[in-house]
Amino acid sequence: MALILNEEQKMLKDSANEFLAMNAPVEQFRTLRDNNYQAFDQDLWQEIVEMGWTALTFPEEFNGLDFGYVGLGQVMEEMGKRLTKAPLFSSIVLAGTALVHSANQGLKERWIPALMNGTKRLAFAQDEKSYFDPNNTATTATKTGNEYTLNGCKKMVIDGAGADGFIVVAKTDEGDLGLFLVDAESEGITMTTEVLLDAGTYAQIDFNAVKIDASQRLNDVGNGNALLNHINNTAAICLSAEMLGMITEAFGQTVAYLQERQQFGKRIGTYQALQHRAAKLFCEIELCKSVVIKALQGLDNKAENIDQLASLAKAKLGDTIKLVTNEAMQMHGGIGVTDDVNIGFYFKRARVAQRLFGDYNYHLDRYARLKAY
Amino acid sequence: METMSKTDLEDFRLETRKWLEENCPASMRTPVKDSGDFFWGGRNTSFKNEDQKIWFEKMLQKKWIVPYWDTKYGGGGLSDEENNILTQEMTRLGCRKPIFSFGISMLGPALHKFASEEQKMRFLPEITAGKTWWCQGYSEPNAGSDLAGLQTKAEDKGDHYLINGSKVWTSYADKADWIFCLVRTDFDAPKHNGISFLLIDMTSEGVSTRPIKLISGKSPFCETFFDNVKVPKENLIGTLNDGWTIAKYLLTHERQMIGGVGETDVRRELHEIAKENLAFRDGVLADPVLRTEIAVQGMNDSIFEMTIQRIMDEAKTGVNAGALSSFFKYYGTEQNVSRMELLTAITGSDGLIWESENEDAKVQARLFCRSKGNTIEGGTSEIQLGIISKRILNLPS
Ligand SMILES: Cc1cc2nc3c(=O)[nH]c(=O)nc-3n(C[C@H](O)[C@H](O)[C@H](O)COP(=O)(O)OP(=O)(O)OC[C@H]3O[C@@H](n4cnc5c(N)ncnc54)[C@H](O)[C@@H]3O)c2cc1C
Repeated sequence: MALILNEEQKMLKDSANEFLAMNAPVEQFRTLRDNNYQAFDQDLWQEIVEMGWTALTFPEEFNGLDFGYVGLGQVMEEMGKRLTKAPLFSSIVLAGTALVHSANQGLKERWIPALMNGTKRLAFAQDEKSYFDPNNTATTATKTGNEYTLNGCKKMVIDGAGADGFIVVAKTDEGDLGLFLVDAESEGITMTTEVLLDAGTYAQIDFNAVKIDASQRLNDVGNGNALLNHINNTAAICLSAEMLGMITEAFGQTVAYLQERQQFGKRIGTYQALQHRAAKLFCEIELCKSVVIKALQGLDNKAENIDQLASLAKAKLGDTIKLVTNEAMQMHGGIGVTDDVNIGFYFKRARVAQRLFGDYNYHLDRYARLKAY
Repeated sequence: METMSKTDLEDFRLETRKWLEENCPASMRTPVKDSGDFFWGGRNTSFKNEDQKIWFEKMLQKKWIVPYWDTKYGGGGLSDEENNILTQEMTRLGCRKPIFSFGISMLGPALHKFASEEQKMRFLPEITAGKTWWCQGYSEPNAGSDLAGLQTKAEDKGDHYLINGSKVWTSYADKADWIFCLVRTDFDAPKHNGISFLLIDMTSEGVSTRPIKLISGKSPFCETFFDNVKVPKENLIGTLNDGWTIAKYLLTHERQMIGGVGETDVRRELHEIAKENLAFRDGVLADPVLRTEIAVQGMNDSIFEMTIQRIMDEAKTGVNAGALSSFFKYYGTEQNVSRMELLTAITGSDGLIWESENEDAKVQARLFCRSKGNTIEGGTSEIQLGIISKRILNLPS
């Protein structure tokens, strides 16, 4: 399959670019942050729903567009360029993927339309430690009769505050993982929030003997690991698409600065020490573009090696975004470390995106393991 | 070329696969140890072995020596899509290239773009038949990175040019039949505007070569001397004094080739070699540092391959990939150099054997040494980074 966008995907990317440039420039990110770290702008979210972006990856059966992840990836990339805040990743990529691949028809029918039209939001509760570790879930779901009792503590829940419910990963006494859709109003839930470096708000949620009906379980017994793995692959790939947007934007701003800033009577872009570093970043970014589109296509084609593609993408993007944002700050000189310019926003958001759903080390190790070494 | 339907292309793939399976000898489907394993063609042709001869002749009959050139030049006339399929199938089976030829990878594209029809008919069929071994006369002792500073002189003597000067690092000059050469035809003009592109028969009177020994122990390249060499005027390609345009165009092809674009022979993955050589513990390579380095190499190798595909796919939609040849050259050779460095670490003392009764044992250390030239030949890494920063990023000079 050719590693390029088709006409419709290109049109979607162009319209996302146009729409976001107009309605969600980086200044909006600054405004939200300065407004007591507001999570997102409700009006913008509604407009995003109207643009159809929340429906791209849902099947026609639920009136989705069935347009695919290459399309959604273009939107994520464009949002990354402007650091757009919206619950698209939490509610559509994470919870949406969980539901689409769920075996529970009732939950699908109830939730997918509501997620698509933006009237409801779900958040995904997986992490328990300060790092991504999907193979060591400690939260438990104990079954009695037709009910599970949930105990445990989840961290880093993206857009957790204000969500209507959570998809919670827990170890069941049936021996595998269960993913449960838990109403946010359930008894036994306490939530605290923290703001991270990227001005994003993340929830920590305690589940203390929370009762959930067995019908709230997304997966059949025995399929929990596979479902979780698929959600994590999808998350890593879509996040990589967002990171690609951040990388190209931070790099573009830096090259523009090299072209205009003068020192010693010359534009600093004439200095070879900086030229060569910029050229090396260009090369790494070319690689990033390729692995992102390849991995997005892999999601749409149900590629056999999707585990590998997800890890390649997240490892490469994680490594490159660190390099690019650091170089971007250095090449901006003093102004780069002030809050007056936007370049620091990219650096700060990058460090959080790097950690989410597995950092460079995690995915490089996973890639090696998948290749059996 | 008419575009074929999907089913026609699928048929073409199946036929191609079948044909390759039937006609490519098993030994021609093994990875080459070094460039000496290839057939190089030329007037004084010699095949290394019978299989090499069979393979070359089968491909020649099929007109697949240069499958994508026009049939009037002896090419196969395949469309881009068909050629892609052929490349994919050759890669899948691990088929070697039937010939290694600068005529195909470097000179051919330049002739297609800049030569007269008469010149094309004269030189291209000889290339597709594997009859001419071409070498490249660009670099001079004082014109390496600063190639446009070259001084080899061509004087207009009415019906011919008279050439005096010398070239250096001319790969295989001692074996080649012809040389494509950059010469200075105007000493007063700014340096880029006084260069011409000339084809010279290596058997002309006054041409001589002297091999240079490399750290790999081999002497594949030479100094080349021109002492009052007469070259007919019809051997000038393109416009007089506009050779720099051709030189640069040819370099984009050279750089893509060195960067690995269009490669069909498959290289073994490093972790597989590591499995044969190194200790494993709990299913993972016991040396954690080496394991990480191998993973980084594997990650970048496989994403670089995707990138070659992506950029080639974009080029088909009309996006100009020309300037990106510097990216291919830079990244591909840096990857190869680090791969060889890692291979040397993985194979330990076995990989360092220089002399041995076992010929195969000596190969790797020599290839390792050879790889150090990758980031120099065809324009150094620093020069490529300079081109990327100026031509692609538009950074000021
Ligand atoms: C294996 C091999 C095969 C070759 N085959 C051929 C051939 O067939 N035909 C042919 O014509 N030539 C051939 N060459 C020559 C090759 O093109 C030159 O060696 C190359 O262009 C570099 O020139 P140089 O060796 O003079 O190095 P120099 O130009 O002297 O470079 C020395 C160092 O200075 C750096 N440098 C130079 N200028 C700059 C600058 N402006 N900015 C920053 N750094 C700079 C270089 O990057 C390098 O690190 C071959 C070389 C090798 C190694």
